[in-house]
Amino acid sequence: MEYLVQQVINGVTLGSVYALIAIGYTMVYGIIGMINFAHGEVYMIGAFTSLIGIIVMGLLGVTWVPLALFMVLLASMAITALYGWSVERVAYRPLRGSFRLAPLISAIGVSIFLQNYVQISQGARPKPIPPVIRGGFELMTSSSGFTVTLSYLQLFIIVLTIVLMVGFTYLITQTSLGRAQRACEQDRTMASLIGIDVDRTISMTFVMGAALAAVAGMMVTLYYGVIDFYIGFLAGIKAFTAAVLGGIGSLPGAVLGGLLIGLIEALWSAYFSVEYKDVAAFTILVLVLLFRPSGLLGRPEIEKV
Amino acid sequence: MTAPMLKIEGLRASYGAIEALKGVDVEIHEGEIVTLIGANGAGKSTLLMSMCGKPKPSAGRVIFEGRDITGMTTHHIMRLGIAQSPEGRRIFPRMTVLENLRMGAVVTDPAHFDQDLERAFTMFPRLKERQNQRGGTLSGGEQQMLAIARALMSRPRLLLLDEPSLGLAPIIVRQIFQVIREINAEQGMTVFLVEQNAFHALKLAHRAYVLAGGKVQMSGTSAELLGNEEVRAAYLEGGH
Ligand SMILES: Nc1ncnc2c1ncn2[C@@H]1O[C@H](COP(=O)(O)OP(=O)(O)OP(=O)(O)O)[C@@H](O)[C@H]1O
Ligand SMILES: [Mg+2]
Repeated sequence: MEYLVQQVINGVTLGSVYALIAIGYTMVYGIIGMINFAHGEVYMIGAFTSLIGIIVMGLLGVTWVPLALFMVLLASMAITALYGWSVERVAYRPLRGSFRLAPLISAIGVSIFLQNYVQISQGARPKPIPPVIRGGFELMTSSSGFTVTLSYLQLFIIVLTIVLMVGFTYLITQTSLGRAQRACEQDRTMASLIGIDVDRTISMTFVMGAALAAVAGMMVTLYYGVIDFYIGFLAGIKAFTAAVLGGIGSLPGAVLGGLLIGLIEALWSAYFSVEYKDVAAFTILVLVLLFRPSGLLGRPEIEKV
Repeated sequence: MTAPMLKIEGLRASYGAIEALKGVDVEIHEGEIVTLIGANGAGKSTLLMSMCGKPKPSAGRVIFEGRDITGMTTHHIMRLGIAQSPEGRRIFPRMTVLENLRMGAVVTDPAHFDQDLERAFTMFPRLKERQNQRGGTLSGGEQQMLAIARALMSRPRLLLLDEPSLGLAPIIVRQIFQVIREINAEQGMTVFLVEQNAFHALKLAHRAYVLAGGKVQMSGTSAELLGNEEVRAAYLEGGH
């Protein structure tokens, strides 16, 4: 029982990270109908900018951890957002209106480019950082001596994710940018006919997705304490799976999918085998695509348009 | 005579290799209702859309209130005082009626919103009843009302309507035509109306253009066209 509780805590933490990345996939899919295969790499860039940010904070002598992390978070979100924005401008926008596969191929190209770019500029070896947030709450101890802990870092990840989700939901439902995004998602031509700048709205979607991926990147950097140029691939595929599981195009679906993938991965590692934990996500992806391609919260196509 | 509010000169537009407009000239003066009639595929919708930059004209000019808007981006054009209720209505299906109306007002001062909303609801009381229903689940007639109301929310000076009567019961058609007459008479709004229902459209409009094969075949006052033998034979026979 205690062991299970611990795995659920670990799973929700991991799931938060996947959810933040999955939102980027699902938003871009919703608005331009393409899978941004470079999104995993954008997340990896977020992890590297966070890592560099943490080192810079150390050099600057900012020792109060909350302030340091807050500044790293903002900087990393801004820089990563710039990457997301540039990817759309350079690799996707010129191909808009071209055949369907073109941006997809371009995305794979961008993905390979970003991996190599980081590999060359930062080196191929894994980059470790010392733990920044230590300690935690001991929640309960079993008779056999197993202690369930919720580390401060896990709490930080989960709370930050919740805060971002609340802010994000507000942005989508209540602001003019959010309304413009939903309008573009539902009918781009009509959106332009009511005076919405569709290109700018699409750009902002990439910016938002990248900023959330940057947060995920920082979380992972802190959580695992080691990153390399290749982490975007697996995390990208798992977050993509999360988006498909939840229903690609659905924002609540991306969050639900992320949490489920995180939980499944944690439980799988705990009860089956750690070596095959990545197989779990792929198996789910195949099963969902086979049996429920619209995902858990995906919209059934019943509207008359 | 004052300069026309809208002046279209030699307008050409294509979809890939297909040229849908082959040099169209149209003039609309402030306060007029002008109707554009023509057979299926004549290029009527293309004319309304290409004025708004979709597709961009390949030749010719569009002058609105003295300003050359040819080649401008759609969202810029729609901020100049032109609104369109396009072919197929294009209601945002997963937004409520209220949200759809709000979307119509994105280019205007938010301070007007409540007042304009009230006006829209007075014009179409049905929309008020349905304000929290999703656009995609409205009936065809309700969607048409919403499309017109949404276009009006931006306080346009020139309103473009593409087949507002399509597929609607006669009673709804009459209601919609009545609304067009009212906004023209009471607010002085200029209306450019594309219609299949040529008889009704000519009864409503001051002047008319007949489009055929991407060119203006004929133009004149509504009375002239209603009396014209060719027009009668091609567009008015049967059903009326
Ligand atoms: N998106 C498009 N791609 C290619 N061809 C198009 C497109 N839209 C219209 N066309 C073609 O352009 C021509 C003019 O079409 P348009 O829709 O303007 O006609 P219309 O007069 O509005 O007809 P209707 O009364 O049926 O609505 C037609 O031959 C049509 O097939
Ligand atoms: Mg048409």
